[in-house]
Amino acid sequence: MRIVLRRRPEDVDTIQEQNRTAETRPVLETEYLSRIVSGKRLVDDITVRVQKGEILAVVGPSGSGKSSFLRLLNRLDEPTSGTVYLEGNDYRQISPRELRRRVGLVTQTPFLFSGTIADNLRFGPQQQGKDLPEETITFLLDQVGLADRANSDVVNLSGGEAQRVSLARAVANSPTVLLMDEPTSALDEEAKVEVEALILKIVKQNLLTCVIVSHDLAQAARIANRVMLLKAGRLEKIGSVREVIHVAGNIH
Amino acid sequence: MLQGIFTNQLALGCAQAAATTLLALLVVLLARKREIHLERETIVALIRGIVQIIAVGSIFLLLLRGPAWTSVFLLVAMIVAAAATSAQRAKGIPGTFRVSLYSIAAGSGAVIALMTWAGVIDTAMTSLVPIGSMLISNAMNTNSLTLNRFRSEVESHFGLIETALALGAASKQTVVPYVQVSFQASLIPAIDSLSSLGIVWIPGLMAGMLLSGSDPIYAAIYQFVAISMIFSASGLTALISSLLIRNHAFSPAEQLTLRPQAASSQGGNRSESK
Repeated sequence: MRIVLRRRPEDVDTIQEQNRTAETRPVLETEYLSRIVSGKRLVDDITVRVQKGEILAVVGPSGSGKSSFLRLLNRLDEPTSGTVYLEGNDYRQISPRELRRRVGLVTQTPFLFSGTIADNLRFGPQQQGKDLPEETITFLLDQVGLADRANSDVVNLSGGEAQRVSLARAVANSPTVLLMDEPTSALDEEAKVEVEALILKIVKQNLLTCVIVSHDLAQAARIANRVMLLKAGRLEKIGSVREVIHVAGNIH
Repeated sequence: MLQGIFTNQLALGCAQAAATTLLALLVVLLARKREIHLERETIVALIRGIVQIIAVGSIFLLLLRGPAWTSVFLLVAMIVAAAATSAQRAKGIPGTFRVSLYSIAAGSGAVIALMTWAGVIDTAMTSLVPIGSMLISNAMNTNSLTLNRFRSEVESHFGLIETALALGAASKQTVVPYVQVSFQASLIPAIDSLSSLGIVWIPGLMAGMLLSGSDPIYAAIYQFVAISMIFSASGLTALISSLLIRNHAFSPAEQLTLRPQAASSQGGNRSESK
């Protein structure tokens, strides 16, 4: 009997995977990420890397694909081609539920579930079959400036308060990455400044890696370490705020 | 008046059909005066209705001379046609024909089979087919209502559903309230029919039995039996349909595919209020 020693495709994958994790990998990495809907390239061939603890702002004109790009990162939409690596692992190998626990999302409009603030905070951990301890709820609400409001009904909240609950709810899931889709654009000026400060505090305190979509260049400059500029779904420029702002100014 | 003019039953039927068609067209004209255009839709529906029902009458004429088991084939054909009609009500949701077929077949099929076995429905084709078709058509209506309501509930709550998905919820779990609402709403007509029986309306079956000389009390009781069977068939259909359809709102990667058109093409969460 002749034994043929040959590398099976799955062995090659495993070795590549080991090499990948052996290197210092970015927390979040997109590779040639595209999404095409009805022939329209919403996201076109985007490759970016986001390092641990970094805040990356995604800016661009209306319809440039900022939200579409963000929705691909926690797989709320399916990429047409390309993929995303989360801590070195192709996210198609991670169950969507686990992926979304690890990659939290704060939307422009805070969609809160009926019930109390605490009910909303408990929601994420409950999906994993875990009970969120009372002291964690207290800690999270304290972080977002809503201490002692755990049992308030969400219908009585202002826009700014609702967004704070939404932020605390995302953090309650202990994510690695936090995605934010224009989290302050639906708020009045006063609430906007407060929530912005809060985002910075939460991201730093919880050592989160963050991708934030913003239509406001000044906001991106205030909170982000790096900025990526999208135009018609394509990555136009990525770099420091200073590097991108000049190009962005011409586009906006 | 018509009975005095026409002595031949077929001629009388044609004249009666012409009179009711004229009445329907009058309603269309009234609607037109208020700039509501139903002309095309109504004329097509009237023509389809008369052609289909005459075709069924002709098939009955042939089948009545055939063996009893042919009624099973007729009922199966009706179920398939009902599923195809009902699936049209939920365009945009993939796999609705299959959902409709399984739901209507299981809902009405189980009630027909069980009640025929129990002796509630007579095995004679003249009894089995009309009563079976009544159950199937009501199951179809309920199924349409379930699918339609489910789609509109999901589309109008897509922000909440995607928020739940983004927090790691199982896709099926995120639509539980909308499955319940769709189920309850789709059964309202069946429940109303049952509770208003004899007060608001005297249904066709009882009228038919009275016309054919049955005992009025037995006709009344059998009408209750029929409406109860309709309720059971509809309830079972809605239950199966609402459970099956929730799987079709999501992709295998637990992404909500049933989203309003504008949101799908933009990729964002823009139109829903809290």
